[in-house]
Formats: sequence, structure tokens, C-alpha cells
Amino acid sequence: MPPILTMRGISKSFGNVQALSDVSFTVEPGEIHALVGENGAGKSTLMKVLSGVYPTGRYGGDIEFDGAIRQFRGINDSEALGIIIIHQELALIPLMSIAENIFLANPPSRFGVIDRAAVYTRTLELLKKVGLDEAPDTLITNLGVGKQQLVEIAKALSKKVRLLILDEPTASLNESDSQALLDLLVGFRAQGISSILISHKLNEISKVADKITVLRDGRAVETMDCADGPVQEERIIRRMVDRDLESRFPHRTPEIGEQIFAVENWTAHHPQHAERQMVKRVNFHVRKGEIVGIAGLMGAGRTEFAMSIFGKSYGQNITGRATMSGQEIDVSTVPRAIAAGLAYVTEDRKQLGLLLAEDIRKNISLANLNDVSSHLVLDDIRELQVANGYRDRMRIRSQNVYQETGTLSGGNQQKVILSKWLHTNPRVLILDEPTRGIDVGAKYEIYQIINELAQQGRGVIMISSEMPELLGMCDRICVMNEGSFVAEFSREDASQENIMRSIVRRGEQAA
Amino acid sequence: MSEIAAAPPPPGLSAGGFLKNNLRQYGMLLSLVVIMIFFQITTDGTLMRPLNLTNLVLQNSYVVIMALGMLMVIVTGHIDLSVGSVSGFVGALAAVMMVQYHVPIGLAAIACLAVGGLIGAAQGYWVAYFKIPSFIVTLAGMLVFKGMMLAVLGGQSVGPFPVIFQRLSSGFLPEFILGQDDFHLSSLLLGIAVALALVYFNVRGRARTQSHGIAVEPASLFWAKNAILFGAISGFTYLIVSHRGLPNVLVIMLVLIALYAFITNRTIIGRQIYAVGGNVKAAKLSGIRTERLTFFTFVNMGVLAGLAGLVFAARLNTATPKAGLGFELDVIAACFIGGASAYGGVGQVTGAVIGAFIIGVMNNGMSILGVGIDYQQVIKGLVLLGAVCVDVYNQRR
Repeated sequence: MPPILTMRGISKSFGNVQALSDVSFTVEPGEIHALVGENGAGKSTLMKVLSGVYPTGRYGGDIEFDGAIRQFRGINDSEALGIIIIHQELALIPLMSIAENIFLANPPSRFGVIDRAAVYTRTLELLKKVGLDEAPDTLITNLGVGKQQLVEIAKALSKKVRLLILDEPTASLNESDSQALLDLLVGFRAQGISSILISHKLNEISKVADKITVLRDGRAVETMDCADGPVQEERIIRRMVDRDLESRFPHRTPEIGEQIFAVENWTAHHPQHAERQMVKRVNFHVRKGEIVGIAGLMGAGRTEFAMSIFGKSYGQNITGRATMSGQEIDVSTVPRAIAAGLAYVTEDRKQLGLLLAEDIRKNISLANLNDVSSHLVLDDIRELQVANGYRDRMRIRSQNVYQETGTLSGGNQQKVILSKWLHTNPRVLILDEPTRGIDVGAKYEIYQIINELAQQGRGVIMISSEMPELLGMCDRICVMNEGSFVAEFSREDASQENIMRSIVRRGEQAA
Repeated sequence: MSEIAAAPPPPGLSAGGFLKNNLRQYGMLLSLVVIMIFFQITTDGTLMRPLNLTNLVLQNSYVVIMALGMLMVIVTGHIDLSVGSVSGFVGALAAVMMVQYHVPIGLAAIACLAVGGLIGAAQGYWVAYFKIPSFIVTLAGMLVFKGMMLAVLGGQSVGPFPVIFQRLSSGFLPEFILGQDDFHLSSLLLGIAVALALVYFNVRGRARTQSHGIAVEPASLFWAKNAILFGAISGFTYLIVSHRGLPNVLVIMLVLIALYAFITNRTIIGRQIYAVGGNVKAAKLSGIRTERLTFFTFVNMGVLAGLAGLVFAARLNTATPKAGLGFELDVIAACFIGGASAYGGVGQVTGAVIGAFIIGVMNNGMSILGVGIDYQQVIKGLVLLGAVCVDVYNQRR
């Protein structure tokens, strides 16, 4: 039988960043094809190309589906052919029922009036197929994540599905729910429906997948056929991370002093679901002049940990002890955390970091307005001097400091945020994905700035999903998984292999 | 890292280039001037007669006063629909205290402003700390305080007020130099002194900026602007004082405008209010106490609504059950015509004041022309929509 899907020479770039280069990828009818790779390896981008989220003409290469070259202009075109994608973040409407969600776009109707009986009976049939024993009029919000996932699949089945794409479907499921979902995929295989499974849980993949394709840095590095005998996890891991680290990182001779900041027994709960522990009894410290990396998958709890420390900006029922140079500090509000010497540089520059409609000057002074004022009245000359000073030091490329930050490139925006926090003269900086979405040249400049911060005797905590970056910059790397620190490596011991191993091993234990 | 140093001054701008960059600020003022000229011609000069100008100021004083508070509420990304009812309620309270219970005027006035502040606090509490949409909270407040006004008045008008209280709105600054019934020379001199002071501050600020090597607007434009400013203020003062002198309420209004322009533009709290409106999450993560600020803007709005209620009651010399009806619409329209953004973070005190006067001049001019109240509403509505459309269009460009 000819393959149902052949993607040939797919390339896609965002600005200067090459997200996919010359990726070829084939799916046979009735096959479960696993797609693995690090965060940012290009898995999601590839699937967005396939499903038409990036329309034809916005990428290079060909998509052949069901024997013909297809040019999708949007997600409706790919769905019409039976390519259905289920995203990691579920797209269900919480306050609508199961039935309403399944038939959201095209409910069975007569003369434009929804046929409620037909909706009900067809929903029942679909729920039976996915093995979900719930009434069709149950509200989504009353279902657990696992059952919501099944509703998504039922929704996919309500359309004519030929190829099902699942992006990390089991990431938030417990073991029995995961198993049920995987069994479902195996059942679909028997009916001739192909699946593409994106997952980090290598044990699951080796259980159900027929083929495994490894993506790395936007390239398909290998496709392994499980029919040739079981694929060793070690081999997958090696292929996922195997790359040479060129001199992408500026040199630094660490001068590490005594411990400066520490948390003990730090626990935080989910802001809505009080029973869910997102950060679990964490102990963590950083020394003067040290850069500590925190590795982990998305959703491992790294950002949640950082924001719960910084003024309890995330979560509830936060407990634990925070100390600065041995003295206990109060970090219960953001102003107190700043006063204690902490700074948090967010991963989400546009939503949480910048006033996009305001200029560079006002953004830089925002966290320390007292420094540019006297008796509560702003001193605009002093503010301007401060802003110009940082613009020079950080080499922020702009017309002048009156330029709106919304018009700057990602790298320059990040420099503005770093300037804002340096203006508070912090003793410890938490940098959350400091180079995300920044082109290579600007990354190097950000690395230089980070090195300077450490050289000045500050403690730097660096959260990153880019492993080479952690290995190239950090003196110590901690691995976080499901709210706990599961491993720690010194600069000498750390390697991409052993970090990735501790990430996926732990994922298996939890699964 | 190098020491902080001032950057070299960027290349100077030509007068035309500078005007273009600041078109938005001058655009509104220009609209007001065009509208005034239009009505000045069509009403055969009635608009700018001293008597009419005085009336224009008196008629719009309470809208301007409330627009100052509303602007800050809108900049933080909220809205206050209750200001009309609150001002009516406070006016009624003042009448009952002064007329029926003979409470001393000063004490009653302070109590009324405090009640306004308490009402603002009660509403701001739900908005700021419970995150209930301000639209809903203040819609509820609008109903509650309208009802309470009726209850306090017992459904009847209460008046007249003591003479001293009436002077709040209908009084004029006394003449110090000439005799009481002569030309109001001291008021005129006061106006000219204020104009000179403004020019002086502009010159000083420009010199200070220049001395730090920072680019300033071209000299020709600067002096032209100041000449117009001086001429406009002195001329306006001359016209107004040739009726009966400077109205007390105009003095109060000007002091408040200056105060709020200063707070919003030059103080930490003003900067933080804009930050909250621009991006509340980023502001919070930068250490700004966003809830407290939102709360404060509502308290402030309540006090100003109370003051507006006193001014309005004093002007009518009676508290009527209809007082404050629909005021919130004029106040909110003034802010949006004046360039405030419904999404928060954008808007200037001076813009809101100009917006209030655009509405006021249109009301006044159309009444003189004999346009019915029906078409007045239609035209005002279209002007509001048009002003906001022009603003949105300019931002997209």
C-alpha cells in the first residue's frame, strides 16, 4: 500500500530562526508513528504545517496526502481530508456539555435548527467508541483531564478521520488513563486509522509505536522501524540530543562565593485546584557569582516554582522558608521580594514583562521609580539619564529611549527587561527562558550580559528548555520534573545525555 | 560596565516634523478651536460674549470636575457609571444637612466630600480586590445611589441653600483694586499673572532640558506656542472678567486641572496608574500594588463626584430628584473624545478637559442656534463615534 502521508523537504523559518529544515516524513496507513525530540526541536511546527495552521506558501516543501499533493490554506482544508489534530492544551469550552463541544462547528440540524435528539444519540455512539461512560449533557468542566482528552478524540471521530495527530496526549494523565488512551490508538490502527503521537514518555512510545522519528534542531535525524526489533531508549536519547556545541557561548571563569539565596521545603499549590501540588517540598540554593540552571520539560513546574518565590505571583497555600545570606526573608508580595534583593525576568515578555505601548525609558524605570524621583515627584532628567545609561550598556538598538518597546525586536525587548531589573540592583536574578524567540546574534549578547551579572557577584538562576544553553552557561544544573528536583549535575558531570535521561526516566516512573 | 552617561543629543527636528509627531496632542485642541470658530460665526458672535462664556464655564464645571477623576479610572482600564447618581445623592445630602438640619456649611461640605469618598471606596473595593467588573459594580451603584437620593429627598426638591453656599457656583472673585462695581482689574491681572507663570515654567523647563543635552522642540515653534498660550489665556480672561469677574467655580476648576495634570504626568502614582492600565500583569510583577491603585482611583472619583454634586446643587440653588441624571454619559464621552483609550493605559487630563469643553461648546452653540434637544443628542453621539474612530485610525497607521 502507498503511504497515506508523505511530507517532503519541509522547511519553515520565523524571521531569522530556522524552525524546520528539509524535513521528510512518511506515515503508512494503519500506523502509529511517534515523533520525539526536545522542546523546540520542531515537532509542533511540523504538525502545524501538516494541519494547515501555516498555510501553503508559508513553508517550503510538499505535502502529499492520500496520493495527491495538497495545498492547505487553513485548518478546515486539512480537516476536510480527515487530518485531525488534538493539541496539548485542550480546546474544549468548559461551560458547555460534551455533546455541544463535540458538535460545536457542525451540529446536525434541520433548516438551521439544531436537532437535539440527533446530537444526543450520535454523541452517545461516539462516547461508546472511545470508552467514555458519561452522559452527553455533562459539562466539560466537571470532567477530569483524562476524560476531556477522550472527549477530544470523540470529537475527532465525529469527523471523518484518516490521520489523528496527538500532541503530548498523556502529559497530564495518570497511568490508567494513559493506558486507556494508548489502547484506543491501537484499536484505531486495526481500523486503518493512522496516528502521529508526539510524546516525551519513551516507554509508552516503545509500547505502541510502529515507527519512531527523531527531530533535532528542526531536522529529522532518524526514523527507526520497530519491526526491526525493539528500539533501545538509549539510542533514542542519543539521537535526540546528539549535537556538537560550537563556541556559541562566551567564556567565563567562575568565581563562586558563599551561598546567597536558598529556599527550604518550598511547596506551592495550583491557583484553581487547591489539592494539586505544583511545587513539591523543594530545596534549592544559589551561591554568589554562580549560574544555576534549571532543566525540565514544559509543565515540569519550573516557572511555577520561580513565580511562587517571587512575591507569591503563582499558586496558593505556598509554604517554605526563603533566606538571603542566611537571614530569613519575606517574599510574600512582589515589592517585598524586590526589597529582599530578588528579580524575576519572565519567560513571557509581551504578556508579563513589558508595557508594549510605552517607551523604553518608562519600562526601564518601572520597577524602581523611587530612584528616579524625589518626594514622589518624578525627575524626568534623571530618568532619561538612567534609561540612556542602560541603552548604552546593554546595547539596546533603537532610535532613542523614546521608542515604544512594542516596536523592538525580541532581543532588544529582553535587554529592556533586563535593564529594568538591573535598575533594582538585585542580589539574585531568576531568568526564565532568557533567550526564547531571540535570534542567534542577540542570544550571544544576552549570554554576555548574564556572565557579567555573575561576575559582579550576583546569584543567577537560569530556567531554560534549551539544553545546550544550560550546558554552555551554567556552573550547576538541576533537573525538575513534576514539581520536584530529581537530579543535579555539576558543570563537569552534566551532559545532554544524562540530563535527558533523568527527564525521561522520571516521566516513566510517574506514568 | 561603563558609568551612566547621557547619550549625545539626537539630531534636531524641524518645526514641521515636530508638529507631525505631536499632531495627536494638538489635534484635539485644534478641533475645539474649529468648533468654537464655527459656532462663533453661526451664532453671530453670541458664543464668545462675556455673559455666554461665563455661562459656558458654569454649565460645564461639574462635567470637567468629574472628568478629571473619570480619566484616571479609564486609564486604569475601568469605568464608573455611578458618578451621576453619586453626585445627585451628595447634592441631596448637602441640601438636607444645610437646609433642614442647619449644619454649618463648611462641616456639611466636608462631610459630603467624605461620603463621596466612602462611596468610591465601597465600589472600588469590589472592583480592585474582588475583581468584579467595574461596569457591573458601578451599574449597581448607579441604581443604589439614585434610589438613595430619592429616599433622602423624599421625592421633593429641597432648597434654597444658604447664600454663602450658593457663592460656590454663582459667586465671583471680589475686586480688590478698584471699587466693587467697577471693572474687575484684579481678576484680569490674576489671569495675566497665571499666563506669565505658565510661560515662565515652559521657558525654564526647556532651558533645563537643553542644558542636559536633550533635544527640545524647535525654538520657532516653542515661542509661537507660548505666544498663543499667553494670548489665549489673557484674551479669555479679559472676555470673562468683563462680565462680572472670575467665577469662583472657574478658579476651583483650574486649580484641580493643574493638580491632576501634575499628578498624572509628574508623580510616581501617576506613572503607576498608566502602567496598570497598560499591562496590569507586567505592572504587578514590577512591584506595583495594582489593587491599591485601582482602589485609590475609585475613592478619588467618589470625592470628585461629591464635589461636582455640591457645585451642581449650589448652581441650581436646590437639590432636585433629577440632579445628576445622565451626567455619567457626558463625563465618559468627554474622556473618550479627549483621546482616552477604552482599553486603558492611554489618556491625558488636558485631553479630557478639552473633550468636556467640546461637548459643552456644542451643547451651548446648538442651543443658541435653536437646534432641538433631539438632534443635539444625535449630533453629540456622532461626534463621539467620529472622534474615537479618528483616534483608532491614527493609531493603526
